[in-house]
Amino acid sequence: MIYEVFRQERKGQPLQHAGSVEAADDHFADVYAREQYGRRGESTALWIVPRSAVMEIHEFVDELNRNYHRVDGYPLKEKLKEARDRAVSAKSADALSAGEG
Amino acid sequence: MDEKVQNTLLEIADDELILGWRDSEWTGIAPLLEEDVAFSSIAQNEIGHARALYQLVARERGTTADALAFDRAPDEYRCAPIVELRLLDWGQTIARHYLYEEADAIRLERLKQSDDSEIAGLAAKIDREEAYHRMHAQMWFDRLQGEPRFTAALDELRPQTAVLLDSELRGEHTSELPELWEEMTMVRRSQPAGTKW
Amino acid sequence: MSETEFLEYVQSGGQVEATDELPDDYRAKLIKFIEMHGNSELMGVLPEREWILRAPTLQRKLALTAKVQDEVGHSQLIYRVVEDLGKPREQCLDDLISGKSKFHNVFHYPTKTWGDVGVIAWLVDAAAIISQKALLKCSYAPYARIMKKICWEESFHILHGRDVILTLMNGTDDQRELVQEALNRWWGPLMQFHGNPIAKEEDPMYVWRIKSQGNEEARQQFLDGYVPQIWELGLTVPDAKLRKNEDDAWEYSEPDWDELKSVVTGHGPRSQDRLDLRRMARENSAWVRKVVLAEAA
Repeated sequence: MIYEVFRQERKGQPLQHAGSVEAADDHFADVYAREQYGRRGESTALWIVPRSAVMEIHEFVDELNRNYHRVDGYPLKEKLKEARDRAVSAKSADALSAGEG
Repeated sequence: MDEKVQNTLLEIADDELILGWRDSEWTGIAPLLEEDVAFSSIAQNEIGHARALYQLVARERGTTADALAFDRAPDEYRCAPIVELRLLDWGQTIARHYLYEEADAIRLERLKQSDDSEIAGLAAKIDREEAYHRMHAQMWFDRLQGEPRFTAALDELRPQTAVLLDSELRGEHTSELPELWEEMTMVRRSQPAGTKW
Repeated sequence: MSETEFLEYVQSGGQVEATDELPDDYRAKLIKFIEMHGNSELMGVLPEREWILRAPTLQRKLALTAKVQDEVGHSQLIYRVVEDLGKPREQCLDDLISGKSKFHNVFHYPTKTWGDVGVIAWLVDAAAIISQKALLKCSYAPYARIMKKICWEESFHILHGRDVILTLMNGTDDQRELVQEALNRWWGPLMQFHGNPIAKEEDPMYVWRIKSQGNEEARQQFLDGYVPQIWELGLTVPDAKLRKNEDDAWEYSEPDWDELKSVVTGHGPRSQDRLDLRRMARENSAWVRKVVLAEAA
């Protein structure tokens, strides 16, 4: 049986996929994962999972470009320029009319 | 540290050194690659335990751990015959591993009661590492207990474990020790004592 | 993706995974290359393991055991990658033992003294690490990822090798002679190690970006890094032609490419002995695998 091994390098960090070991059962998998991914104390934690329990997803559908909930859906450069320019000319118009008052 | 205590420590150290030597013979040729890696850690732990024990005795005697490990004559070693055996079959190796760990657990418990806090402390440390060895041995025992090669080896080796727990029974060595010692010390003996390697 | 598109993709740095569609030729070359690496790690254990038993201090015994353990561990990592590409481990081992697949030249030679132990860990491992670093960018991501772990573990191997060598060089005349004598024997195989200087554009491994470096580039890197280290200890390299030329490139006597070919096809001094040992060990432990893996289905 193939077991996937995830390891955490330091506390606070995410667990990342580190590799896999072949083992007869959970007991052997524990020992072998420990050895391959922890004998130097290089991991603070390991998660071991039979490969059969892992569900893989590789395809994601986004046909209608749903950028409204992503940062790239908000190109603000032009609007900002327009707003700044407007503020500047409003300010000088005020100044002019104040001078005439 | 009196002579008797030193000798007890040397017995355990010699057992661990020679067993570690035999166990490391499996490096590269164990039945499974994953097991090869695991068993090698066990062999390293055994050598490490031997080293720590030698260091305690070496300090008493004004010598070094390496000198104790390598510079004695074969008949001066106090290891038990069971660890000297070259066991070519994995079933036999695991049988010895299982039986040795069983006996070792008992003698480590004794050592943990020592009046000498340094010895007791070291015994506790070693015992914590040995817990992993015991788990490993049990794992294999559970897998192999139906296998004739394994059960036959257990039966054959079990009588030899008595020596591990009784200093009085020590003294005899197998005919395999001189050859083992020869190989173990050949590089070291090629240069004068005290040469650095 | 067509094969052309795939080529463009990997040549511009793209990486692929086990679940991606791989061109047949790419997959085949990948398996062959990675398998040879796995074989080499496994066979590389054999010349070194004898010296674990003969190590002259407890520290060296531990270090050497740990080094060899790493190499077995590396073979495990590598064969897992090959298996996920479609070739089971047992088949890899069958092909290794039968001679159908190969392993690197250096592991076909005998180790004769403790000097060899030092030279192997210092120089042979160094040559290997140069190749391995070039694999960190392999287009096949699972392999690139294990290379990261492998390179990290190899870092202590080189230090251990250097420590052994320096201790010997600072020791007795006999010990210094051990190093020089071992170096004399290992230099030839070391120069052959990175393979003949085929232009990288003609090397399929480079074209597919499995390797990111040509053979000659690797060899030059090795010479750049290690000849100064050798000379500064007062050791001599057994090649009168070895020198750096005006273009800052190393010149050397032409390595014996016939020897390389002969050796990797199984005619090295220890090729058959070691394969026999592997075969025997495998046969003797077949019953264990049967028991342990049988109930795993």
